[in-house]
Amino acid sequence: MLQVDANNETLHELGEYIAQKLPDSVLGQQVAYGDLSLDVPRDKLVSLVRFLHDDTRLRFISLVDICGVDYPARAERFDVVYHLLSPTRNLRIRLKISTDEATPVASVTEVFPGANWYEREAFDMFGILFTGHPDLRRLLTDYGFDGYPLRKDFPTSGYVELRYDESRKKVVYEPVKLTQEFRSFDYLSPWEGTDYVLPGDEKA
Amino acid sequence: MSEVETRNFTINFGPQHPAAHGVLRLVLELDGEIVERADPHVGLLHRGTEKLIETKTYLQAVPYFDRLDYVAPMNQEHGFALAVERMLDITVPRRGQLIRVLYCEIGRILSHMLNITTQALDVGALTPPVWGFEEREKLMVFYERASGSRMHAAYIRPGGVHQDLPQALIDDIDAFCDPFLKVCDDIENLLTGNRIFKQRNVDIGVVTLEQAWEWGFSGVMVRGSGAAWDLRKSQPYECYEEMEFDIPIGKNGDNYDRYLIRMEEMRQATHIMRQCVKKLNEPEGKGPVSSTDGKIVPPNRQEMKRSMEGLIHHFKLYTEGYKVPEGEIYAAVEAPKGEFGVYLISDGSNKPYRCKVKAPSFAHLSALDFLCRGHQLADVAAVLGSLDVVFGEIDR
Repeated sequence: MLQVDANNETLHELGEYIAQKLPDSVLGQQVAYGDLSLDVPRDKLVSLVRFLHDDTRLRFISLVDICGVDYPARAERFDVVYHLLSPTRNLRIRLKISTDEATPVASVTEVFPGANWYEREAFDMFGILFTGHPDLRRLLTDYGFDGYPLRKDFPTSGYVELRYDESRKKVVYEPVKLTQEFRSFDYLSPWEGTDYVLPGDEKA
Repeated sequence: MSEVETRNFTINFGPQHPAAHGVLRLVLELDGEIVERADPHVGLLHRGTEKLIETKTYLQAVPYFDRLDYVAPMNQEHGFALAVERMLDITVPRRGQLIRVLYCEIGRILSHMLNITTQALDVGALTPPVWGFEEREKLMVFYERASGSRMHAAYIRPGGVHQDLPQALIDDIDAFCDPFLKVCDDIENLLTGNRIFKQRNVDIGVVTLEQAWEWGFSGVMVRGSGAAWDLRKSQPYECYEEMEFDIPIGKNGDNYDRYLIRMEEMRQATHIMRQCVKKLNEPEGKGPVSSTDGKIVPPNRQEMKRSMEGLIHHFKLYTEGYKVPEGEIYAAVEAPKGEFGVYLISDGSNKPYRCKVKAPSFAHLSALDFLCRGHQLADVAAVLGSLDVVFGEIDR
């Protein structure tokens, strides 16, 4: 029953099959590094996920992961990436939709109850909104946390730090003070990679 | 008797509770002793691993993976190493693969041993942890002798493993296997037929197979419900294909079946370890342990001191690192707790653009409310122990 090797050909066939069954749900498909990935319009996501789950030839019944990705330069800056697994076919699939800070994405918790925490995490880390989610609260960050830490414009060092204040006998939040400046080294070789003026070059 | 007004009672379980298996704050709404709602508050161990990885080169990202599931560190490194290797399209030399499999199975025993014994502790048995931790200590010494570190090894790196194993260590691992099976029997004698242990675990925390899949469970959690699903068999990676081992599966999907599976998986892991040792001692098992072209794995110390090219490679790899071609990949390994996946997006530079860590415990813990509703308060600890959660990887 289990196929040992899900090679690229079966992945292409799988992509074709889905595109044929639901033509307006697939904007594009790529097979790279042994993964099939589909670009999906935002409003078609839930119906596609339900189809993948229910179709007897596919049976993508396991939700592996949901995560956000941030591309700040794009008009719709976020990708929401869904990974599904079909244990009967021994295949994986990746679905991608794009959104921005204000546009909500339909929640897939009705198809996969396990999506609950993954969507909460994406909301917590990126500020991606989900409609139809039963309980969209922050998950991993501190109570009362402000900001979305995995966005590319959020500094790695954060904005506040906390410590226990002995005199006030409580935990206090203060702006981050680094004893050493946060260093982001540019290790890329100047012979390739850089596209900016190196210090000193303007004299040449 | 007049009508008594009752109200639900809310209690706070953790974050400093021995049965919370780490830093879980659980808000429980109780009706008498029946759990009406369980709301896990996680994130107390959130360190921003994914954000930090984005600021580090691929090699510098490796140690963060040790700190996810700190009970079986090398299995996580393995997932990351596989993702990077597949994108770079490099194969690991055979000896490196065997060492990886050997240490992944050691990690599996480390994790299952901790889980079985502490879950038994949660339901009242005091002896198993004492016996089991003695074995874990021996395995951690094997970790230390290979990598210099008992837990946070940074040993499995993209391209291979950091260093070769000395022959004495391989012999000692071989000598460990048989006595360990005896310890498994001893622990099993304490627990499997134990009346109290069975009363606390049989028919508790039942998950049907369908529920297990849609909640995103993996590993022992789906095998306990009857699916013969193990990534080492179904989507083999490294040299698992040539290893001989069985996949134990359960029937009832309850705590007790999951305990039995973990017990058997430790025996199977020992079996794989023995095969690895045998293969490492064969002539085909000798040779380099990591990719040798110098573009991914730095040369060894002697070569760095003698050869100009070695020096250049060493310098470049420890400053700039290597570049990974643009693209995205999802690589998964069968970690002891379930499917551990790394979703890596590269923009073609020397740092990952995004690295999402798919942790098995995350999905398992998210189902705690669903699993505990209607159970007794005392069962919460038993179910939580049986889920096998580690907060290093849930909170990330």
